[in-house]
Amino acid sequence: MQFEFLLEQVVNGLVLGGYYLLIALGLSLIFSVGGIVNLAHGAFYALGAYVCVELTKRVGFGASVVISPFVVALLGILFERFILRRFYTADPILSLLVTFGLAMVAEQAIRMIWGAAPVSTEIPQSFRGSVIVGDFLFSRYRLLILAVVAAMLLGIWLLLQKTSFGRVVRAGIQRPDMVAALGIRLQPYMTAVVMLGVGMAALGGAFFAPITTVHPAMGAEIMTVAFVVVVIGGLGSFWGVVISALLVGVVRGITIHFEPAAGEASIYVLMFLVLLVRPRGLLGERIEKFE
Amino acid sequence: MIRYPRRRLLQAGAAFAGATAFGFPAIVRAQAEKMRIGHLTPLTGFLGVIGSYAQLGVKLAAEEINASGGILGKPIDLLSEDSINPATAATKAQRMLEQDGAVVLLGEISSASSLTIMQVAERNKKVFFSTGARSDALRGKNCNKYSFHCDIPNTVMVNAVGTALSQKGMVKGKKFFTLTADYIFGHDLLKAAKTFFGAHEANLIGDELIATDVTDFSPYLLKVRQAKPDVVCCNLAGNQVTNLVKQYAEFGFPYPLVGFNLNTGDAWAAGAGNLSGTWPTVWYHTLANPTSQAFVAAFTKKYGKPPENHAWIDYITLKLLAEAINTTKSTDSGELIAYFEKQAQFDIGKTRKAYFRSWDHQLVQEAYPFTVKPKDQMKDQWDMLVLGDVVPAANDALETIYPTREQNPCEMKA
Repeated sequence: MQFEFLLEQVVNGLVLGGYYLLIALGLSLIFSVGGIVNLAHGAFYALGAYVCVELTKRVGFGASVVISPFVVALLGILFERFILRRFYTADPILSLLVTFGLAMVAEQAIRMIWGAAPVSTEIPQSFRGSVIVGDFLFSRYRLLILAVVAAMLLGIWLLLQKTSFGRVVRAGIQRPDMVAALGIRLQPYMTAVVMLGVGMAALGGAFFAPITTVHPAMGAEIMTVAFVVVVIGGLGSFWGVVISALLVGVVRGITIHFEPAAGEASIYVLMFLVLLVRPRGLLGERIEKFE
Repeated sequence: MIRYPRRRLLQAGAAFAGATAFGFPAIVRAQAEKMRIGHLTPLTGFLGVIGSYAQLGVKLAAEEINASGGILGKPIDLLSEDSINPATAATKAQRMLEQDGAVVLLGEISSASSLTIMQVAERNKKVFFSTGARSDALRGKNCNKYSFHCDIPNTVMVNAVGTALSQKGMVKGKKFFTLTADYIFGHDLLKAAKTFFGAHEANLIGDELIATDVTDFSPYLLKVRQAKPDVVCCNLAGNQVTNLVKQYAEFGFPYPLVGFNLNTGDAWAAGAGNLSGTWPTVWYHTLANPTSQAFVAAFTKKYGKPPENHAWIDYITLKLLAEAINTTKSTDSGELIAYFEKQAQFDIGKTRKAYFRSWDHQLVQEAYPFTVKPKDQMKDQWDMLVLGDVVPAANDALETIYPTREQNPCEMKA
């Protein structure tokens, strides 16, 4: 029985890892393409949650989860066009400062628009409750999230590997100078990647709005674990981030099973150990322009 | 290097000298004519949401007191800041007393931060009103003569909910599983809960200590399911309660969820369809009492939403403090302590008046259990709770739900 309980925690950890992935993958993609560590990424996660809560009052939860990432992705265009674009070739400390500042501005803006008190929304009745498969119990709602994340992951992988868009983005990550020499402007691709990244974060926010406290500082809260996932996986590595997100979820679940009070600390211990052995992260690639 | 014309430098120097000679004493005098009061409360972190309500409440009280002539004829100059964490809270409290000239301190929700402010107050021999911290230890083994405690302590919350649960047959012989915040408040609440379970023949079959930065409770909920309890009991605080309530509703477990701690701000944040069970509260904005309703009307008019219980407790604390200073005509700590230790009675917007108990400085007052209103009966998003019978009952003495001298190890040093 003890083993079954442990296995249940492992499976639940994988589900949670899928959620971490939504936030961490966008963070990693934006870094890969633009060389920018986007400290404002959590703000888009929070905006996704707030827009979802707001839209739910008008069009229901299902439509809101679909629409809110697109609304936030549109904001991502402005973010890339008027802010990030100025810092692609600048000293990294400047982009850190500007995105850190933007995160604070976004948090205050949310506070001014929606107030300091949390807002709330609910899971539709049809997705409430648990499903028992064999000996394992799953939240029906989290299974939905996992299915959407899996589909998105496949879509993004195909986009990056099998399309001309993906080829340009991948080439741009390694040798932006060569891409430019071939007469391809990278900027529209960067805009698209930023839209994709912040849209995924917003989807994470929208999905978690009914099961977590939606408050102005929620973006800052999620950033810590998102960075842990990206650092463990290796900055710039698609599969590294995927493996890392799942690993973080599982390690946390197993630790909570044996030593609940150490649950949150376990992911930092994992990061420490990985960095000790592989400072580049699990599958971190050597990106020439950052060397 | 930037070069400034000599004439401009001389002008600036003269202006500064003039301000120093003529303006500065005026500024100092102006400051001295105000009654500076320090207020600390968490505005960030897991208690930040309810802390922001506390700040709104104390600001409203200061405005009303100033509009009616201030304290001893002086307007209140309220310094209200984010306490952040226990170490920063202590640093800010020290600065407020030492540099800013605050005559008294009030506020705080975190029991850990409240404890460090209590130590600062004692060192500086200044009075501190801990408005929202609930740990029994603060008014027990850590008590000191300069600190007063306004919110109901953990033992009272456990007694309020426990009594209501007992009446429903949900305690005797039942298996409880508790989820507890891993800091002084949670440890303390668990201790009070264990005492209650022991006295009422309930079995505690599992307890999980949960770090205050946990937002996802799914691994803990799996452990709850594995234990198969009769009742799940929440000993968390702040927005962790909200997260647990939402995720508990998500998993849809058959075991009823109750709690020994909940603030109405957290209940509102959880949303109508998610919260269920029996919980305790110190105050709710629908309480039918003229003083309470006057406060609710003023707060709602000013901020466009009803007050939460921390807004109320910080509001009434500043009001009763002003009353005490005006009565004693002094801000001297010794005189104020002597006044409160005479167990002066205060109207805090409840049926019975409240008083600070002389030997542990606990504000003795009524408390309430509550259940959740069916969604279709709510008038608005704030109208979520149905208050149960007041605890203690009208014919019982107020102190019957508070720890007795034998139970409370508080020893005030002279």
